[in-house]
Amino acid sequence: MAGLTLRNVGKSYGKVTVMSDLNLDIHDGEFLVLVGPSGCGKSTLLRMIAGLEEITDGTVQIGERVVNDLNASKRDLSMVFQSYALYPHMSVRKNLAFGLQNMKMSKVEIARRVDEAAQILQIEELMDRKPRQLSGGQKQRVAIGRSIVREPSLFLFDEPLSNLDAELRVQMRVELASLYNKLGTTMIYVTHDQVEAMTMASRIVVLRKGKIEQVGTPQELYTRPENLFVAGFIGSPKINMFSAKAVPNAGGATLDLADFPAFDVAGLQAAQEDVTVCVRPEAFTLGGGEIRTTGTILLVEYLGSEALLHTQTKSGATSLLQTSGQHDYAKGQEIEFGFGPADLHVFGADGNRIEITQTEGGA
Amino acid sequence: MKRFLRRNAAGYVFLTPWFLGFFLLALGPILASLYLSFTRYDMIGAPRWDGLGNYEYMFTRDRRFWKALTVTFSYVALAVPARLIMALGVAMLLDKGLRSISFYRAIFYLPSLLGASIAIAILWRQLFELDGVVNDVLALFGIQGAAWISNPDTSLYTLVVLAMWQFGSPMLIFLAGLRGIPKDLYEAAEIDGTSKRRQFFRITMPLLAPVIFFNLVLQTIEAFKTFSSAFIISDGTGAPADSLLFYTVFLFNEAFKFFRMGYASALAWVLLLIIGFFTAITFLTSKYWVHYENERD
Repeated sequence: MAGLTLRNVGKSYGKVTVMSDLNLDIHDGEFLVLVGPSGCGKSTLLRMIAGLEEITDGTVQIGERVVNDLNASKRDLSMVFQSYALYPHMSVRKNLAFGLQNMKMSKVEIARRVDEAAQILQIEELMDRKPRQLSGGQKQRVAIGRSIVREPSLFLFDEPLSNLDAELRVQMRVELASLYNKLGTTMIYVTHDQVEAMTMASRIVVLRKGKIEQVGTPQELYTRPENLFVAGFIGSPKINMFSAKAVPNAGGATLDLADFPAFDVAGLQAAQEDVTVCVRPEAFTLGGGEIRTTGTILLVEYLGSEALLHTQTKSGATSLLQTSGQHDYAKGQEIEFGFGPADLHVFGADGNRIEITQTEGGA
Repeated sequence: MKRFLRRNAAGYVFLTPWFLGFFLLALGPILASLYLSFTRYDMIGAPRWDGLGNYEYMFTRDRRFWKALTVTFSYVALAVPARLIMALGVAMLLDKGLRSISFYRAIFYLPSLLGASIAIAILWRQLFELDGVVNDVLALFGIQGAAWISNPDTSLYTLVVLAMWQFGSPMLIFLAGLRGIPKDLYEAAEIDGTSKRRQFFRITMPLLAPVIFFNLVLQTIEAFKTFSSAFIISDGTGAPADSLLFYTVFLFNEAFKFFRMGYASALAWVLLLIIGFFTAITFLTSKYWVHYENERD
């Protein structure tokens, strides 16, 4: 097992810089998820760690070793690819053994490790099949098995579940998580799916345009997003964003949201006038809340245990409300809803979080 | 039937020129040659029925027929592997992701376009003559040249080299095949510490097998049919000492120099059977070494 340290890592293709000055410490035994929209550089970063892409600047350190100039095979890691990258002409058994044969390992040891991995992943009855005879989920298991047999100190996953259907994805997510619990090896996992990130990670790194937006546990990212991008990216259903004017007063600032009555937020250090106020859909209280307004329901998404209400307020803005599925709401219905000052996230015009030391207020 | 026609109509329309050419121009002569192969025919008098006389003469008494077979078989055995190895080598270089790949692709394909032409054969003769460019270059390295083409021991090799140089079309097919192998497989192998050599033999070759098979069949057929370059370089006779007596050159001379049309027709049919035989063998063995990605079992 090993931790991983990235120092001032940069990557450019010719004159195009896709990543610069990236710093990250990945702890030993951690399940770290790199998440971000497509083109954010998460796969590139993973491939740089793997040694499949060269690093233009900085250093990559696995455990105590700087591995910048080390071949992929010398980095003591293994990788699961999005496409599974199984050798189509080899049986499952040969696929699993192929990498071990490079290591000049005895046949007995190879057989032992292959059988053990097959048992862990429950693919024992598939060992003599060719990849084309496997379903997507089975291929995925074999690909993971090929990683396990090498007993590396670091596992890399490049969007391993994105080719599976939704149901299988949920199932494999659970299996991967329990595999991680069993092995306890450091894992770095790339995905564009924030749900995958939230459910599996010890810590999440949110990337955008080659820059780290925030690093933290799933709870930290959800409850305390450091900027507007993270607030919008993490969490499903998506957070509500309202433009607002902030006017400083004695204890903090007064916030004026178009569709809500103005209210004072004590301790809000708003140096800028234009701010964005974010409220999670589940933070709204129907028929209550300290700061409230009325709106018309445009659409009801019934999800069983809960329902999502798309609601239009008087300025024409829409708010997304999450409520219990027990109530009956209908399209066109007028409802009153509101939130408390503690439910707010406030971001400045630059997108960064504005701290609120303590709130009190009301209409 | 109606639906079948409607669905495939476009295909048949595209095939029409070939059908017209085949039925109006080729089929008649093909059948006529089969008949003529059982006759003696000098193009002046009427063909005279001779039964299996031509075939009997060919296999039992005509020593030049056996010489032509030897030359052609030697050429096929050398030129086909040489051209395929050359083609695969260049395709792999180009697949490495050269910046101006389309430029190089065109450049490397050029010899194949020119290759069948008379001009190249003439040029080739001059290159390998006693005072040709090849010997001039060898002289720079202090190597004593030879009269490559007029020496029966080396003449065939000059044609093998020519065949190697015309690697363009199998190279393009190999290149397409290489492009079809997912890069992930090599990356996975790289992370697993697989040597380049092992990657080539355990990943590239097996996955390229369908393409190798296709090229092998096509190039073997082509090599058996080699004519114009051998004809030009050997002055149309198969000289020196019949060392360039390719089957087709032999056949051509029997037909158009000695006007033994019946015998030449028999030769042509035997060549067809030989090519058919080797193609069939390649097909039959293919199931042991060709793996198809979408095969069902």
